[in-house]
Parts: sequence; C-alpha cells; structure tokens
Amino acid sequence: MSTTNSVILDVQKLNKRFGEVFAVKDLSFQVRKGEVFGFLGPNGAGKTTTMRIVTCFIPATSGSIRVDGQDIHEYSLQIRKKIGYLPENTPLYNDMQVNEYLAFVGKLRGLQNSKLSSAMDAMYQTCGLTTVVKRQIGKLSKGFRQRVGLAQALIHNPDLLILDEPTSGLDPNQIVEIRELIKNLGKEKTVVYCSHILPEVSATCSRILIINEGSSVATGTSDELTALSGKGNIYRLRLKADRESAESKLSTLPVVSKVKVESSSDGWLQILVSAEGTIDVGEDLFKCVVQNGWSLAELRRETTSLEETFAQLTRG
Amino acid sequence: MHSLQGVNTMQNIITIFLKEFKAFFFSPIAYVFITVYLVITNFLFFQGFFIINQADMRGYFSLLPWLFLIFVPAITMRSWAEEKKIKTLELLLTWPINDIEVVVGKFLATFCFLAISLLLSLTIPITIAILGDPDVGPIIGGYLGALLLGAAYLSIGLWISSLTENQIVAFILGVVMTFCLFMIGNPFITMLSPSWIVPLLTFLGIGNHFESIGRGVIDTRDIFYYLSVISFFLFLNIRSLESRKWE
Repeated sequence: MSTTNSVILDVQKLNKRFGEVFAVKDLSFQVRKGEVFGFLGPNGAGKTTTMRIVTCFIPATSGSIRVDGQDIHEYSLQIRKKIGYLPENTPLYNDMQVNEYLAFVGKLRGLQNSKLSSAMDAMYQTCGLTTVVKRQIGKLSKGFRQRVGLAQALIHNPDLLILDEPTSGLDPNQIVEIRELIKNLGKEKTVVYCSHILPEVSATCSRILIINEGSSVATGTSDELTALSGKGNIYRLRLKADRESAESKLSTLPVVSKVKVESSSDGWLQILVSAEGTIDVGEDLFKCVVQNGWSLAELRRETTSLEETFAQLTRG
Repeated sequence: MHSLQGVNTMQNIITIFLKEFKAFFFSPIAYVFITVYLVITNFLFFQGFFIINQADMRGYFSLLPWLFLIFVPAITMRSWAEEKKIKTLELLLTWPINDIEVVVGKFLATFCFLAISLLLSLTIPITIAILGDPDVGPIIGGYLGALLLGAAYLSIGLWISSLTENQIVAFILGVVMTFCLFMIGNPFITMLSPSWIVPLLTFLGIGNHFESIGRGVIDTRDIFYYLSVISFFLFLNIRSLESRKWE
C-alpha cells in the first residue's frame, strides 16, 4: 500500500541520550503523505524530544531522519521550510499584536508583500482569528493563543504539520474547536499529532504510534491497536426481562463471549456483555432485545478497549 | 542560488532587527530607561559644568563608561533570557533562519536603541556650543568612542543574556563582566600587576581605548580593538545558541 515516495517523514533507529538517560531509544516510524498521524504516549515518554529532533531544534545522538527523502542534517534549512511546528504550551511573543506576529513569522518564512498579506488573510479565516487581528497576544484567551500558534505553523503552507499537545490547558469547548480545526487541516495536510490523551488521538488520527520510555510499543490504526489488547468491547445494558432467558438469548449471539447479570431490581436487569473482536455489536444487541420484546432503558459501550491497550502497553 | 541566499540573510536580519527594535517600545521600560538616562547624564554634567566653567565635555565622557556599566546590561538582559524563559526560542530556532542572523539582528536592535539614547543627549553639546566655543574634535571623538564602547558592552551583555533564562541574573552578570573588562586596564590594577603584563592589560582594558578616542585621536588600533571585542562576543553568543546541540 505504501510506496517509498509517499512517505513524508521517515525516522529510522533514532536515539537521543541526555547524559546517561535515553530519552528516545531505537525509535523507527514512517508517516505517509496526507495522513493524520497520532503520536501517543504518557508524559515523559519522549514525544517532545522526538519532535524537537525532527524540527531540527536539537540533534539526535544517532539514527537517521528523512523528510521528503532528504536527510535533516544535510538539508536543515530546506527541511525547516517544509515543516510547520507548534510546540507544547504555544510559546508566543506576548507583547506583539496578532497581525504583527503573523507578518513577522511570514517574513521569516520568505513571504512578502501581496503574498504575505494574502497568506495572513487566509490564516485569519482558517484559524478563526478575524475578531482578534489587532489584539495583543498576551491578552488573548488560551483558545485564541492556540489558534495564533496554529496560524504561525500554517502560514507558509507546510507539507508537514507537527503539533505537540495542541489542546493542553484548554477548556472542553475550546478542545472541541481546536480538534475540529485540526480535523479539517488533516483533510489536506500531513499532520503529526502528539498527545497523551487517548480519545483525542483516536478521534482525529488515521494511524497511531504508541511510545513508552522512548521506544515504540505499538503502531497501527485505532482498530488494529484495539485488537492488540486481546479483549473486545464491553457493553452495559439495562433491560426488563426474565433473567434466565436474557442470559441465554444474549449468550447465543455470535461474537458475545460472556454475559453477566450484575443486579436486578423491580424486574430491571443490569447486564454486562463482553464481545470479542473490534466490531461494534451494539446493533446486534439492540436487535436481540427487540426480537425478544424486552424493554430497554440503557445500552452503551463501557470501555473502549483502545484504552486497555494503551494502559497495558505503557504501564510498568 | 548563492546570491539569493545573501538576499535572504539580509532580509532575515532586517526582520529580526525591526521586531526586536519595536519590542523595546512596546513596554514603558524603554521610555523610563531613556528618561532616567538623560536626567542622570544631564544632571551629572551640568552640576559641574558651571563650576568648572569650561566649554568641553571631558567630564561627561569620563562618566560614560561607568554609566554604561549599569545601563547597557539593562538593555540586553531581556534579549535572550526572556526567549528562553517563555520558550519562544524553541520556535524561533526551528524557523528557516540561521543562528547568526538572529544574533546580528538582535545586536543591531540593541545598538540602535543605545544610539537613540546617545542622540537625545546631544542637547549637552548644543548647549555648550551656545554658551561657549568648544573644541569640536574631542566631542565627535567622544560620541564615536561612546558608540563603540556601548556596542562592545552590548555584545557582552547579549552573550551573558544567552546563558540564562533569568533576566536579573543576566543583568548582574552583565554588570560584573563589563566591570571586569573595564577595570583590567585601569591604573589601579596595572599599578599592582607585574610590569611584564602591564602592556597586555592596558591593551585589553576597554576604558583606555575609549579615552584615546575621546581625546579626538582616532587610531585604527582602537577601532580594531572594539570591532574584535564585538565580533568575539557575538561569536560566543552564536556558540551558546548552538550549545543546545551539544551532548
């Protein structure tokens, strides 16, 4: 499926040592053109260090990194032109106005005159900054700061966009907004999305790499990773039915491995159903309930097992 | 391609320079700084001027190296320390610009700020010219010397600022460092030193070169000295940015 020329970021056997400690250890991965690549790991796993190396801020101890087939040591300046980077916590010059700041970044990115002003206008639109163009960055809310940070990373229309914890410190509404923005960007751009928050990565990314203590522990699509845990999904049902028949009927469904009645009161049963594999069996459960004429008060998937995978792989 | 690279370098330096220079005036610090500087220099000058009753600026220029010890590190303390503290440095150094372009741009911005402060103190020679008939040579020499001395102090202050993320530490170390470089050529030190090392100390001391330019004698050795000091510390500044890449 992947041919060599569609790989935009190729990391091979990357090592980074700080004194005696390996922050990144023998890490290899590839990011393909056009995908939103999730870089997932607990805090201190080496995500930021890896991104700092890819963006040419610090060098690797050993290993090779190629962006668009070019080695980042030999072609540092050219490669930095192709990358848009939003570091953790969005460092910005607080005393500048939004428009001044974007003009400053644009100029350093080689944009001038009409190209610069049209790129800036495009950024105001894309990142939703039209209302704060003349505002001082230090006085903006965190959500707007994040948008300015994104605009800064996007203004030169980069081939590769690297976002390090882009939603940290935002409130839930802002998180949804920024996530939407990134999803839209992902339609046209290659994005590397670093995060320690799992639902975020599984909601936005087409492929995920999980790292722990500097090494890759798993890679694949969200579904593939879910399958890794070996456990399927767990569903919680609350229905009014005869206990024995409910147990036996639900157990006969093809993918259901275990049915457990937790409690019952006034004829309402709390049932936990374990299903194998990664397929969502919610619909099958619902049909079964309908066919048997039971009343259903609740049906939900208890834990997504991607979380299980993550916990298993990164704990201890 | 190579000629284009040169154009880019100039543009990058100008972009950094303009941003840094404007940044001085975003905060009230710049206005406070210039006001305090002018009030102090004018007060110290005119305090003695009417008593001595001589139409020259010798007194003013002998004070400058001491005033600069305080004022110049105050200009430079923020330059790198702030970028390190709020982590904008990480973003700045991942943009497609060379370290040297940022260093030179920042240096030029602080230099222009200092030059403006000096320009505003031209009220003093103008007053003297109205009241008396001063010798123009030493005054021009004095201002040229002040610019060179200031530039040397700035390059030291910028380097110190790049070593820490604390502005106050940058300020204090800057004062100490410039003070040392000023003192080693001072008669107070040379008197106590073994005689073989005196010529070296006299040459290295930053104040002696200032005095000889201040007499209105522009010697290429003095110019060379200042340009060397400036280049040396700007070079150290570039190296300290690169130090993030060391193991």
